[in-house]
Amino acid sequence: MLPKKILALAAALMVSASWVHAADLRIGLAEDPDVLDPDQSRTFVGRIVYASLCDKLVDITPALEITPMLATGWSWSDDGMALTMTLREGVTFHDGTPFNAEAVAYNINRSKTLEESRRKSEVASIESTTVVDEYTIQMNLSKPDATLIAQLADRAGMMVSPTAAAATGAEFGLAPVCSGPFSFKERVQQDRIVLEKFPAYWNADAINFDSVTFLPIVDGTVRLANLRAGDIDMLERLSATDVASVKADAALGLEQAVSLGYQGITVNVNNGDRANTPLGKDSRVRRALSLAIDREAMNQVVFDGVMAPGNQAFPPNSPWYDTAFPVPARDVEAAKALLAEAGAENITVEIQTSNDPVNQQLMQVIQAMAAEAGITINIVSKEFTTQLSEQTAGNYQGSQIGWSGRVDPDGNIHSFMTCEGGLNDSKYCNPEVDALLNAARTSNDLAARKVSYDAASAILAEDMPIIYLYHQTWLWALSNKVAGYTPYPDGMIRLQGVSLTE
Amino acid sequence: MLSFLGRRVLIAIPTVLLISVFVFALQKFLPGDPVLALAGEDRNPEMLAFLREKYRLNDPLYLQYFHWIGNALRGDLGISLRTQQPVLELIGQKLPVTVQLAVMALIFAVVIGIPAGVISAYKKGTWIDWLANIISLSGLSVPNFWLGIMLILLVSVKLGWLPASGYQPLTEDPLQSLRTMLMPAFVLGSGLAATLMRHTRSAMLGVLQSDYVRTARAKGLNERTVVLKHALRNALVPIVTVVTLLFGELLAGAVLTEQIFTIPGFGKLVVDAVFNRDYAVVQGIVLCTAIAFIAMNILADALYRILNPRMRDQ
Repeated sequence: MLPKKILALAAALMVSASWVHAADLRIGLAEDPDVLDPDQSRTFVGRIVYASLCDKLVDITPALEITPMLATGWSWSDDGMALTMTLREGVTFHDGTPFNAEAVAYNINRSKTLEESRRKSEVASIESTTVVDEYTIQMNLSKPDATLIAQLADRAGMMVSPTAAAATGAEFGLAPVCSGPFSFKERVQQDRIVLEKFPAYWNADAINFDSVTFLPIVDGTVRLANLRAGDIDMLERLSATDVASVKADAALGLEQAVSLGYQGITVNVNNGDRANTPLGKDSRVRRALSLAIDREAMNQVVFDGVMAPGNQAFPPNSPWYDTAFPVPARDVEAAKALLAEAGAENITVEIQTSNDPVNQQLMQVIQAMAAEAGITINIVSKEFTTQLSEQTAGNYQGSQIGWSGRVDPDGNIHSFMTCEGGLNDSKYCNPEVDALLNAARTSNDLAARKVSYDAASAILAEDMPIIYLYHQTWLWALSNKVAGYTPYPDGMIRLQGVSLTE
Repeated sequence: MLSFLGRRVLIAIPTVLLISVFVFALQKFLPGDPVLALAGEDRNPEMLAFLREKYRLNDPLYLQYFHWIGNALRGDLGISLRTQQPVLELIGQKLPVTVQLAVMALIFAVVIGIPAGVISAYKKGTWIDWLANIISLSGLSVPNFWLGIMLILLVSVKLGWLPASGYQPLTEDPLQSLRTMLMPAFVLGSGLAATLMRHTRSAMLGVLQSDYVRTARAKGLNERTVVLKHALRNALVPIVTVVTLLFGELLAGAVLTEQIFTIPGFGKLVVDAVFNRDYAVVQGIVLCTAIAFIAMNILADALYRILNPRMRDQ
């Protein structure tokens, strides 16, 4: 009898020990997030924390469909000028403030009017809100905006507690209060962000941790060493070159998803004097450079083949990708012919890149490939902020840079390719493209939008102000103890359904 | 002694002011727009203009400087552009971390470096001397970042003895705090230990050949007293200078060590601040470091006087 009791006690202890262990999930981040206010924040890594902290009106599925979160349903008016959302009942913010239509109205207003708000352009189309009843909100638009719903699936749709936001104003980010599965406990800058389980979470059954700790560990090798040593349970943005060793490690698992963004070479076509080069002035030269690049070989050499080679603003697996223009194979002869036609044989171009080793290696591979077609590339390495400043100021010929990507296709293309686009550093301007992209952002008819984007993609494949190279693949390395993790193309870490097992 | 200290502090004030001007000016020469760094991917012109206005980046440089130094004199170093935390609070958070790292590293350096130097000077030309020299040379030649990563791979990943990185405040969990700091302090201290060893060795060699050491031996004092009391005490004067100068090296080394071991200290703060063009943070840190450095120098001068009575009347 006694041994049985002892066994039972030991078993109980083991269970409780493993349960205690399972209580905290530790996640290694590649950077330290900026301010934790959804209306003010600007970093990708900050959004990873929000995925556990702040629920949004709507979310996305791994296939990029919009799915209910705090809003359980929504409908557009026939003229596309009003979006009505039905809200989830019985939801409270971490400070006990009830979530309702008033709270949504407050949040939209905050995104639009807070001086420091970085969400202004994302919700600019919302002219006013109407509280229809406690759990119904209507957003009245100044013009039809097909991109709005996707914005509400990101930071613009994150709901903060009106009570807390009114009390702390622009300093809300020092102690954020939202309605997500975890509430804010503490932050030590550059060291850790600790969130605690929110017991009153509307979907609490899906949450299996008492707390989650985010640890920014900038160096990729050290981040992986921490995972191997068991100091963290999972990490984001594994280096492509570490994929093989993670796969070979029986104690670790690997998850991946092609991102929404892209990497490419932005060419200065009309941004000041430095646009006056064969590369800037003749699209044939740009197409020749594109044809000189073997994207698959580049992917193998620099990234061990884990990225997704690309040639458009959307990755090849995206529903918005134009299959009429597949990723081109390398064709040096065609490149030479284009250069000869443009009278630009044996030209030299200067391309700036940020000074981290991976980007340098990428540019060196491209440099070698371009040389075979008669294009000499001078690589100029700059620290990222400097590179960005030079690019905005037009002090560059070509710039190797990327975009983290947005759920709605408009976010990947409109600001870059329209004449007045805020991120259009090449100053490419084609009224035809403007018309197509403007039409695409106002229609709620997906098929009609696709026609517009395809037509724009066809023109851009000719004009090529950005030479798209590849789409980053998000890579997560996880301890084998982590179960139920689902990779999303937006690179976020959603903890619903994730658990730790012994 | 007091009037000496007072004089030194008075001289230090213009130095600190001069440093503040330099730091301020140097930062403005850095290429790259802080507002662009701050705006990230969401850079619409209205936002950029608002941020420029908010952080007074449109003012002439001298006005920006006077605004900053004026607030700094009142104890307000501004707020971080990136996280909106007050700079002084940030420094208060980070300083104890780096001080702990630096002190532990210095302990490693002194405990290893000085005895090794004494022994190798005393046993000059023997295999012990050679061994100490070889070890110290390798300590000097191995780069911090490499040693750090190798130690993490060996001690944390392979053996699982110590945490790979991170930080625990000394006040919360002293044991865990020491455990997390052991490897970084060793990495940071190893190079310094080598430098210290070399300096101790040459200082001791000089002193051991001096007349008063011969006299002490002639008096029949035992070797222990001769070496430790008579020789080492005199040899320590130049070593104190070296340790003070090493303090600067320690802070510089901490920048790298903190990056590798993800220790949320001064070094990591300054690196992140520079990359993000977080001017207020960079200025605050450099100002504090400069003051600390000057304080260390004054302390060293005071120590000379304690160690060497002949300097007291000068």
